[in-house]
Formats: sequence, structure tokens, C-alpha cells
Amino acid sequence: MPQIGSFTLLLGLALSVYAFAAGLFAIVRNDDRLSETARRAGIAVFLAVTAASGILVYAAFHNDFSVAYILHHSNRALPGAYKFAALWSGQEGSLLFWCWLLAAYGLVLRLRHKVDTRLVGHASMIMSAVQVFFLVLVNFAAHPFALVTGAIPADGNGLNPLLQYPEMVIHPPMLYLGYVGMTVPFCFALAALIMKYPGEKWIHITRRWTMVGWLFLTCGIFLGSYWAYRVLGWGGWWGWDPVENASLLPWLTGTAFLHSVMMQEKRGMMKVWNMWLIFSTFLLAIFGTFLTRSGVVSSVHAFAESNIGPYFVYFLALTFATCMYFYVRNRSHLESEHKLESLISRESSFLFNNVLLLVAAFAVLWGTLFPVLSEWVTGHKVTVGPPFFNKVNIPIALFLLLLTALGPLLAWRKTSTESLRKNFAIPAAIALAVGAVLVAMGYIKPWVDMSYFYSLMTIMLSVLVAATIGSEFIRGGLVIARHNDSNVFFGMYQLTRRNTRRYGGYVVHLGVIVTMIGFAGVAFYQNTEQELGFGDKMAIGPYTLVCRSYTQDDKPNFSSEWAILDIYKGGKQITTMYPEQRFYKASGQPATIVANRSTVMEDLYLVYTGKNPENGRPIIKAHLNPLVWWIWAGAHLILVGTIIALMPNMQAKRKKPSAGDGQARAPAEAKAENQAAVEAGGD
Amino acid sequence: MKIARKIFHRWAMGLLLVSALLLMGASGDPQGQRFDRLGHNLMCQCGCGQVLLECNHVGCSTSEQMRKEMKLAMARGDSDDVILAGFVGKYGPTVLSAPTTTGFNRVAWIMPVVIFLAALGAVVLVVRAWKKRKPKDPGSSGGTPPEELDEFRRRAREETAL
Repeated sequence: MPQIGSFTLLLGLALSVYAFAAGLFAIVRNDDRLSETARRAGIAVFLAVTAASGILVYAAFHNDFSVAYILHHSNRALPGAYKFAALWSGQEGSLLFWCWLLAAYGLVLRLRHKVDTRLVGHASMIMSAVQVFFLVLVNFAAHPFALVTGAIPADGNGLNPLLQYPEMVIHPPMLYLGYVGMTVPFCFALAALIMKYPGEKWIHITRRWTMVGWLFLTCGIFLGSYWAYRVLGWGGWWGWDPVENASLLPWLTGTAFLHSVMMQEKRGMMKVWNMWLIFSTFLLAIFGTFLTRSGVVSSVHAFAESNIGPYFVYFLALTFATCMYFYVRNRSHLESEHKLESLISRESSFLFNNVLLLVAAFAVLWGTLFPVLSEWVTGHKVTVGPPFFNKVNIPIALFLLLLTALGPLLAWRKTSTESLRKNFAIPAAIALAVGAVLVAMGYIKPWVDMSYFYSLMTIMLSVLVAATIGSEFIRGGLVIARHNDSNVFFGMYQLTRRNTRRYGGYVVHLGVIVTMIGFAGVAFYQNTEQELGFGDKMAIGPYTLVCRSYTQDDKPNFSSEWAILDIYKGGKQITTMYPEQRFYKASGQPATIVANRSTVMEDLYLVYTGKNPENGRPIIKAHLNPLVWWIWAGAHLILVGTIIALMPNMQAKRKKPSAGDGQARAPAEAKAENQAAVEAGGD
Repeated sequence: MKIARKIFHRWAMGLLLVSALLLMGASGDPQGQRFDRLGHNLMCQCGCGQVLLECNHVGCSTSEQMRKEMKLAMARGDSDDVILAGFVGKYGPTVLSAPTTTGFNRVAWIMPVVIFLAALGAVVLVVRAWKKRKPKDPGSSGGTPPEELDEFRRRAREETAL
């Protein structure tokens, strides 16, 4: 079977090369038949790479340890789901998975070629070039079907214990779907630039694809955080690790694009900016992959060091040069149709939003690469850890929150300061009142520590955003409710259905602020650690933990030991929790299974950290983490908002003429009404 | 309405002023908070790549040892700088979780601020340059003051409201 796998990969490469070359010649010669063969070859690439991926999964399920990849990432006792996940658990397999996702995106793109055959033909050719690069990698640099030399071991080394969690089965595919998804808008953008595509149709197609990629990337990032929180046992969810940062970089530029693209659609502005934002997003996705896999920066998440780094450097350089060449050649095509008229306008809020997102991306990139730069300049490596990233990025995030609050209140072109003040006064008063109450009640003492001050500001700005978005929904909902003789909630539902993009976007913003409130809780995290024998007690916040017992278990894949802890609050037992420690037999590595009791206000997070080597007594570490629930709730809202924004708009139904109306209103009038309802609120 | 707005303005300014004053006069730092702060300024050296107080290695003896050293130094009455310098002396500069503000390390802190200010300045300059140019499209607002535009928008909404 491994030989068939290798053959299918070579076949996939040959087909990709053909799809690229034939696509290129078809464009040069304007040959539709050749273009069609290129399209079909692109579809066939999907079949070949699917076969290769299937064969690797088959090898994992059949314990074929003659394949080095399976030997290093699986073992006989590994549960089925993790054998499947082994596909993306190591360097070679994950690159193959990347190829497969790229081929799958390519399949969708090529099947939908009738959207615009010429544009899709160009985009498909560019996508084939990217596919060639990744297939070269898996064929010649990181071969997933490489065979074991010498005697074949009876059992495999097993999967890294940290990866044996349900979240890890879905987190990498989501992240890769996001990374790879950014290839599609890149291909469309470059295609539009190459062919000097007239009009903005390409940007509509690109925006939708970018949203899909952004959605997956967002889900991947949150799932990664959730995994880090529930599995790594350090009580946090984001460590500013280089690999985490690598996922954040394209997310930040992708977010900037999703905002600034509106200026191109509505006002024909920022065409160069948008083009380069999409190019940057793709380049950063590739750069992130390079960081993770080349060993340039040290990370707990990184794959083993390998020789694939130079491949990525050449590919990045070639991609950048291609983008720059076509930009210089065709830049006249990207001239703005309108100019920005006022600093107080929706356009300038998008501009500042973009600047802040890009500065944040720069700060993350800079902090990630500074250890390398420092070593190069001074000969000494330094660590750039959470304190640096927090100090630099929190103020930027607060500015962004302020802009998120201001944005919906600003009209396109110009807004008078009087109008802004009028719309801003009530939300600002609500935010200030909430801040004052929090301080007066003693919940937050901003003078004690800068982190408390940041928390207070985050909560106040989040309330401000919620108030401005709430007023937008209510205002628009009331207009429709008046027209339909319905209530305001139905009006808001109708409003959202009629302009899914705008109101879906607001729901995403709500999700962001809910998440930010969760982030604000970090300042109040506390933890304690104690040896806990039978009947011993430990206290954290309002909770008292009483050790009832310890127990053991033995399974084919691992042996484990649990602590059984009764949890009391206010003198009453509220639950029993079971923090666990596992010892994985194949890899010989220990791992912790966190016990977490999550409520809206706080998480009680318990880790069984091991035994004191001197006296053999078990040690329990307890964390009390306020507001973590809000982070995951916000992530769900972001997901819902993005799905809403991806849905097509519903057309407004015309009101049936009543007897007194005389005659039905003209369709144009109804359309204007619909538009007015959609636009109610400042556009 | 004007009086209410004035009161609101004064109240908001007062609140901001009080917050700033309270922030400047930060209160004392108990030992627990000091341990927490110092522990977050150091990296665990066991190879986990995590902040000292957040090392998640099961039964990590390195982080345990480092914590003991820190507690000992605190009990001796060493200042924060002395404690951190002691760790740098023993484990090397990578033990600090963030670059210092000396030598080349200063560049790490300065660059994001420089880029931030440069980007904001560039945006303001670009907007001003754009504003000075004559609008290209005949349908643009030209010299209509924004107050008037807002009034037109309000009327348009009223007249086309459902």
C-alpha cells in the first residue's frame, strides 16, 4: 500500500504541473479547450491526493509500521479517532493533509467555474502553482510514505499524549482549513490583478471566500485555546507561543481585509490596500507554516526540525516577487474612484481600524522574530514572552474596541460632530456608569495594578460597543416593527435577514466584546498548590476542596490515577471533581487531565500535578479563573455572526394593500423602502 | 439639554481624573502579588517554554527549584532587580520572559511604538492630502457642510421609512 500511496502523490504532482502549465498556455493563447483540460486536471488532483490521504489513514488503522510516519505517530492500542487524527499529527502527514485541503478547495472552485470562467481559469492556474509547491514538499522533502529501514517494530511509538484529546481531533483541521482557505482569495485577487479584471465582481467572490477562511481560522484559534486550557494544565488559554502567534498573523490581516473591502465595494477606494492585504494574509499563512516547521523559532507546539525551511523561503520569495511584478505592471488598474472626504466618517474609521490591526500584526510578528534578530545582532538569544505581547497589544486592542464602538455611528463620507455626539452620548453614559458601579462596589480597583486598570477599560469599552450595536438593532427593528405591526424583536430579526452582512457583522462584534470581557478576567486569576492527603482541605476563593480519596485505573493505551475531591462553597457540598494524571504506555510520557467546573462567573480548575518525590504525597494545583466562560461564549457568537453574514439577504415582502390604500405601491417604491429599512441607522 | 450635557461632561472628566490619580498613587504590593509578578517575569528552564509559574510539566523539578530560589531571595530581602539579576547570572538572559530595556533589547520595545505612531501619522497625512484634492465624481458632496448632509439623510430616512 505505501507504494501505491507514493504513486498517487507523484500522479497528483504531475497533474498539478499539467493544470498549471495548461492553464497558463490557455490564458496566453486564449484557448478554451486547453483551459478545460487544465480544469479537469485540477479536479483529478483532488482524486489523487484523496487516494494518498486515504492510504495513509488505512495504514494507521491497519498498524502498518513499515511506514515510518505511522511508526512514529501511532500504536496498536491507540483509539480509532486518534489513529485518524494521526494524519495531521506529524510533519509529513500534516503537509499531506494541507495538500488534500488545498485540492478540496480547488475542487469547489473548479466545479463553480461558471461564476466567471475566465476569472476562475486564472485563479485555478495560480492555485495549481501553490498545489505544485506543496506536492513537491510531500514528494521530495517530507514524504509521508517513507519506509522504515531494517526490521519492522511490532508496535509504534504512539501519538504525543498532548494530542490525545477530542479537541485535538478537530482543532488542526479547522486551523488548516483557515490557512489553506486564505489561498482562494489570494488566487482570485492575483488573478484579477493579472487580467485587470473590470468591476468589483471579483471582490464579492473574494470576500465570501475570505469570510469562509476567516471563520475556519477563528474556530481553529479558539479550539486551540480551548485545548491549551483544558489539556496543558497551566490554567491559561493563550501563551503567545510562536505557533499561536503564527495563526494570529493571517487572522489579523484577514480581519483588516474584511473591513476595508467594504470601502472598495461601497466607494471604490483602497483597491491597492485591499490587494496587498489579501497578498499579505496568504504570505503570512505560509510564513506561519514556515515558522512552525523550520525550527527558526523554538516553540512547544512546533514540529520536529526538518530541512523543509528553505523550500518555504524560496516559495515565499517567489510569491512575493510575482505579486510585486503584477502590481507594478498593472497598478494603474487599482486607482481609487473616490477620495476620503472627512476624518469623521465611516471610511476613516475603517482606515484607522486597518492601521491598528496591522500594527498589532506587526507587533506580534516583531515579538516572535525578535529572539532571532537579537541573536543575529548581539550573539545572545533573548526570550520574548507574554509580558511583552501583553504590554504592546493590550493598548492596541483597547483602541480597536473604541473604534468598534464608534464605527456604527459614523456615516459614509462625512458625519457632523454634533450627530456623533448625539448618538454617542447615551452609550458613553452607560459605559461610564457601568465602570463607576464596578469601582464603587469594589469589584475592580484600577489603582492597585495596571492589569486591573486594563480590565476596567476593557469592560467599559465592551459595554460601549454593546450599547452602540444595541441601539443600531433597536432603531432598525423599530422601523420595521412599525411597518409590519409587529414587535421590535421580530423587527430586529427581519432587519438581520434583510442585511445579513451588516447585522451578522454586528453579531460578530458582540461576540468579540463578550470574548474581551472574558479576557478582562485574567487580571483576577488566582491559584494555589498543596499536598493533599486523605481528608486534607485546601481553600481557594469561596471554595474549599476536601480530598476524599485517590483511585487508579489501567487501560490498553494508558494507566491513570485520579484524585476524588469534594468541593464545598458556603459550607455546602456543591460537586465532586476528579483531576487525573495519565501515563501513556507507548510513548512513556505522563499527561494531566484537568477537572474543570465552569460557571458564568468563574472556573474552578483543578490539576493533579503529581506526587512529592520526598514523601510520595499527591499534589493538587487549584486555579480560580474568573470569566473564562465568556471567552467560549464569545467564540460561539462570532461563529453565529459569521454564518449570518455569509447567508444571502432576504428580500422584503411588499405590504398587501389595504382597502384604504387605493392602489398597491410601485415595486420601485417597495425596493426603496426595503433599502431604507436596511440602511436605517446611519449608512 | 445643554445643562445636562455640561453636567455629563464634567462628570465624565471628573471620573477620568479620579481614575488617573488613583492609578498614579498605586497602593502597596503584598508578598503574594510580588511572588506572582516576579514569577511571571521569569521563564521555566525545564524546556517547556512557559512562564515559570505556568510550567505544566508533571512533577517538574526545575520549576520547583526555581520557585524555591525565588522565595529564598525574597525572604532575604533582595530587591526585584537583584533577584532577576541573580536568575540571569545563573540561567542566562533567556530566563527573563521579556526583553530588558537596555542595549539592543530596547529596540524590541521601541519598534512597535514607532510603527504605531508612524502609521497613525501616515493615515492623518493621507486623509489630509485626499481632502485637499478636488472630488473626482460629480455626485460628491462638494462644499455641502456635514450638518446639512446629516439633515438630508435624516429627511431621506423619514420620507422612505417603512
